[in-house]
Amino acid sequence: MIHAEALTSGTAEGSTIRLTEPLSFWGGTDARGRIVDARHPQYGVALAGRVLVMESGRGSSSSSSVLAEQIRSRAAPAAIVLARSDAIVVLGAIVAAELYGLEMPILLVEPPEHGEIPSGTVVRVEATPGECGISW
Amino acid sequence: MLSGEYGEGIAMAMRIVVGLGRIVGAQRMVEITSAHVDSCLYHGQVSLDFAGRLVELGASVRVPTTLNVGSMDLLHPGLIRTNTKAEREVAAGGRRLMSAYLALGCAATWTCAPYQLPARPGLGDHIAWAESNAIVFANSVLGARTDRYGDFVDICAAITGRVPFSGLQTEEARRGTVVFDCSDLERALLGSELVYPLLGQYVGSVAGSEIPVLVGIPADVSEDRLKALGAAAASSGGVAMFHAVGVTPEAATLEDALKGREPLSVHGVSPEDLRATRAELSTFSSGRIDAVSVGTPHASYAECVVLADLLRDGPPIRDDVRFYLSTARATLALAEKTGVLPILESAGVTVVVDTCTYVTAILSPAAKRVMTNSAKWAYYAPANIGAEVVLGSVEECVASARLGRVVLDDALFGEASR
Repeated sequence: MIHAEALTSGTAEGSTIRLTEPLSFWGGTDARGRIVDARHPQYGVALAGRVLVMESGRGSSSSSSVLAEQIRSRAAPAAIVLARSDAIVVLGAIVAAELYGLEMPILLVEPPEHGEIPSGTVVRVEATPGECGISW
Repeated sequence: MLSGEYGEGIAMAMRIVVGLGRIVGAQRMVEITSAHVDSCLYHGQVSLDFAGRLVELGASVRVPTTLNVGSMDLLHPGLIRTNTKAEREVAAGGRRLMSAYLALGCAATWTCAPYQLPARPGLGDHIAWAESNAIVFANSVLGARTDRYGDFVDICAAITGRVPFSGLQTEEARRGTVVFDCSDLERALLGSELVYPLLGQYVGSVAGSEIPVLVGIPADVSEDRLKALGAAAASSGGVAMFHAVGVTPEAATLEDALKGREPLSVHGVSPEDLRATRAELSTFSSGRIDAVSVGTPHASYAECVVLADLLRDGPPIRDDVRFYLSTARATLALAEKTGVLPILESAGVTVVVDTCTYVTAILSPAAKRVMTNSAKWAYYAPANIGAEVVLGSVEECVASARLGRVVLDDALFGEASR
């Protein structure tokens, strides 16, 4: 188990997908949660239901809306594990929880532990007041 | 505010602002004097649900609040395509969203260039502005203080009148960290409009989210050029503030901009860097064009006049090339009053207000090859609306529109770089 800081609360289970470059949800993903930025190394990958492991988000502040909309329409990742806090990404999850009561855990795991999370592995993510971490 | 004694709408907005404060580790809040809201662009049902909830709970803004572009040109709704179900959803949802933000007490400015409006903030004012180009202009050119606020937070800051005291609200965070020496760019080059979006694009791609300090920018550089520079640096790198020594208000000297500390790195900028930047941003460089789009960020009145002067005499724009100019409705009204608008319209320019051509379905799907004078437009349009792009000065845009094919003048960058 890797211990983490909870940026938003919730629990989730899913297969990890590691992005090798930061992602902008706005302009970078479509309504179904697929990476559509042709410049992104993981172009074409579907993020819905996955545990998204990336260092941080990138670019446009409209990404908060795009992520919140994906959470609403069940096209969002199951959880996000960041290496650097990212207000734009976290706000998308805060608003989805405020409006719809839908929780998406966002965890902060600092390097080098962040790099040790395996890709393509089913993990359990827990971000509750008592416990925050990733286990597999 | 959180406990609801000022109303449930304020309590909800405060929960979001406090949530942001927790993420960024702020120790306290700071009161703001104005807000600029970008959440009025439609991104799906969540946009309507969020604004609708605030309206329902009786919220309204506490500080003067301007609105960024929406998903609809309310003055020329026929310009927006509604052929597909998705296009109809965005048009109808976009219109409802724009109404919701007016109901919250925001002003119907509908522009990404709120700094072109009267009553703009000044040096040292704490403000909450969203939209990356507005943020970088406010911090850099006006000397007002805004951090990078995104969707939802912008309107919540306007409703509560406060934001976390963190990021670029604080003195320390405004220190320049990466120096770009532009003194090798000859005067002739720095006198050209095209250099500024290219310089911004280049600086942003190197500086990332650091604060660049530019040395060698002419003291009399226009705000329109600083607008183009900042917008490009924000889209290519996430720059939220830059200093131009001897130009911007917090950079009287290089030492002031660096606050007496050493920079992380120093970079020279050559004409070749800018020529290469244009080539990288453009997805094609010769042959047919279908359309031209200028005015991202929204064209100022001065830029409308320049375009009208270029179009007044000389050959007409070819029938098979559509020419779009995006601007604010306030600028449109002024251009109409002064007689500039009829010149543009009779030359065949379609003027778009309240929105922008790279966030809305305006260009015909058949218009695949587009020329623009905006590095930001060139950066986003390929992914957003599937356009091929070529970047040129407004003069090159007009020359190309007249011939229906790309006309570029690389001589600008010098013989050696060709």
